[in-house]
Amino acid sequence: MHKYLPHTQNDINEMLEKIQASSIDDLFCSIPEALRLKKDYHVPSQLGDWELTKHMQELANQNKELLIFRGAGSYDHYTPSAVKALVSRQEFLTSYTPYQPEVAQGTLQYIFEYQSMVCELTGMDVSNASMYDGATSTAEAMFMAYAQTKKSDILVSSTMNPKIIDVIKTYARYRNINVILIPSIDGVTDQAFIKENIKDKMGVIVSNPNYFGIIEDYQNLGEIIHQEDALFILNQEGQSLALLKTPGELDADIACGDLQALGVPLSFGGAYIGYLATKQKLVRKMPGRICGITTDVDGKRAFVLTLQAREQHIRRAKANSNICSNQSLNALFVTIYLSLVGKNGFKLFASESLNGAHYLYKNLLETKKFEIVYNQPFFKEFVLKASFDVKAFDTYLIDHGILGPLHIGDNNLLFAVTEKRTQEEIDLLVEMVVNFK
Amino acid sequence: MIKKGLLYAKSHEWLNVDGKTATVGISDHAQDNLGDVVFIELPQVGQTIKKGESFGAVESVKAASDMYLPISGKILEVNSALENTPELLNSDPYGSWIVKLEILDEKELDSLLKDSEYKEED
Repeated sequence: MHKYLPHTQNDINEMLEKIQASSIDDLFCSIPEALRLKKDYHVPSQLGDWELTKHMQELANQNKELLIFRGAGSYDHYTPSAVKALVSRQEFLTSYTPYQPEVAQGTLQYIFEYQSMVCELTGMDVSNASMYDGATSTAEAMFMAYAQTKKSDILVSSTMNPKIIDVIKTYARYRNINVILIPSIDGVTDQAFIKENIKDKMGVIVSNPNYFGIIEDYQNLGEIIHQEDALFILNQEGQSLALLKTPGELDADIACGDLQALGVPLSFGGAYIGYLATKQKLVRKMPGRICGITTDVDGKRAFVLTLQAREQHIRRAKANSNICSNQSLNALFVTIYLSLVGKNGFKLFASESLNGAHYLYKNLLETKKFEIVYNQPFFKEFVLKASFDVKAFDTYLIDHGILGPLHIGDNNLLFAVTEKRTQEEIDLLVEMVVNFK
Repeated sequence: MIKKGLLYAKSHEWLNVDGKTATVGISDHAQDNLGDVVFIELPQVGQTIKKGESFGAVESVKAASDMYLPISGKILEVNSALENTPELLNSDPYGSWIVKLEILDEKELDSLLKDSEYKEED
């Protein structure tokens, strides 16, 4: 056995047998065949310092920066330069684990600030100190509903991002939770279905804006759900919290979603940051860390981890969730981002995204090369049906330096516009459409 | 302190049996070991819980522990006053009952300890 590779071939075989996989490659079966690397990595065994720098530079030069019009969960938003500089401060990178509050006051304070901001953004009473991403935070919200109601069925809107639905189903499988998908009508959740089926369910999970960018009307949904003592779980994308009704205003019991849009850079699909916030009555069902403020024996302000007894390091197998980590550094990105852009900047950027998306929508329709798919209000993403070959269009745009919309089947394209897209850039995309043969 | 006239479980719950009904709480020793109780999770009225199963959890500043029902029973009543003032379990463990239940199998009472047999040990 190699000292750095703890598993012998026997160990590996045993593990594969246990999960009924025939080879290591089976573990990657969810990755499409076409995307898998079939050849050797060809990693040179050693290079000198200068050679290595040169080699990495050459590799980096092969990257092509594209103009992004693709969203579906990860967005190209503006991050003030100061965020990266401050996040990289060594004090943040080396702080000791906050389990020992006396040596981690700085870490605990920013976690406390982060939680306070999330509560303000969502209109909820308490927030934990972040989750891996929006999908896992939504699945954890489901576990909270399960722990609270002791029921086994949950309704999940089919208008949610399919990747989030996948994660929910994966989590559900290991607790024998039954996920029932709510059908959609014209791109929005069929609320009549919820009304007819809410009895004996632990809760309902919906998202806003939904996968198609549509802003759904959940004004009276809370009442329908609460009549049956079920929980209303609302997944809401970070930037939209600036303009849309908050989960608190909609009487949701649990708010969850991704905050990547608030200062966390795009980085090959993650790590991102999920938020999870709830009402006081559910605080003991919430997973992960919660930081509180108190005073020490000398009457000085102090930050501490609180409500720890309900957590996995004490309750172990009996905890509601066994998540033990959080996305503390990414929570720091969000905290610094929000501190820097402030209330007005936060709203301004969200408005810019919304306006840019509507401007693009209008101009694309004028090219007569698209049809409206859903006639619904939308935020920064929207779907149009193309009258041309979408695969060739995608390649054509990439060749011209643009990462275009996401093909979501049936010639439907999902466009996204953030505050970073200037009018010139949007006009350029429209021009590319006009010129596409 | 061990109160006379009650039945006890090895897992430190006490029972006061009155005909077909039993009142259940946690012993003085249990509350002392837990430290300051800050929260109690109660079962739902009407729920049937089998012998040895958890009927709720009690959380202190340093631990969270399940409470086990030493006999099978149907929950008739829960002491909801504990939801707002869980510290009563510390100040008056024998006066602060947690649940009242209908005894489903009287024979199960035989496995419980009398006050003279109960030991304040972990």
